[in-house]
Amino acid sequence: MTRRPYVRPMPRAGWYLRQPRYRAYMLREATCLLVAVYTVLLISALFALASGEPGRWNGWLASQQHVGWIVFHAFALMFFWSFQSAPWFMLAPKAMPLPLARFPAAARLVVAAHYLTWLALSGLVLWLAGVFEA
Amino acid sequence: MSIANKAFVWLLFAAGGTLTALLFPVLIALFLLVAAGVVPSGLEYEAMHGFASSIIGRTALFVVVSLSAWHAAHRMRILAHDLGIRADRAVAWTVYSLAAIATVTAAVLLAVTRSPVS
Repeated sequence: MTRRPYVRPMPRAGWYLRQPRYRAYMLREATCLLVAVYTVLLISALFALASGEPGRWNGWLASQQHVGWIVFHAFALMFFWSFQSAPWFMLAPKAMPLPLARFPAAARLVVAAHYLTWLALSGLVLWLAGVFEA
Repeated sequence: MSIANKAFVWLLFAAGGTLTALLFPVLIALFLLVAAGVVPSGLEYEAMHGFASSIIGRTALFVVVSLSAWHAAHRMRILAHDLGIRADRAVAWTVYSLAAIATVTAAVLLAVTRSPVS
């Protein structure tokens, strides 16, 4: 006798439009497209840098100065913060196998540690980029 | 894709997720500054080339680019499944190959970025 377990019917595509939870999940997953875009941008920057010619690097910088890029980066910043950084910090204690993370106070501490690390790292990058000079 | 391989790419996905969550907001902010025509002094050629030529800078750039690539690749594979694409083997091959190409390209580019001989 073969078992025929009940499988809840689910459409292959479009299932994520049914519920706000599913929609939020898909928006979080979609942040990987932004990660892919910025990985390609970083590699294009490395190409310009590896040539060893200042002109190539300045050309790359000039190629990034476009009003379309301003709109894109501004949107990307909001989208990425809302659906990758903030949710990732919030779920960190849940993903950690630390026995301490089961306690709400300890879980809050883990989240706070992520925010502090984010602040420190952002400050370090801005300082390295020379944003605090001039 | 065997279970053992899945655990390995999941580790890269999780590491890349943490790194991008922490680093990408400030990185995107820098891109925004440059797009607006404001180039901070650390992003001018001399400073940037010096950073990419140093051991620490080179290592940091390699880790950021490669982990971001593997994170994006693994998540795009899951996203394809969620969107109803069931050709997982072909999708996995494509995205992981792209991540491998990104990793090797970054490694080669950073290896040839040398401080000018004075």
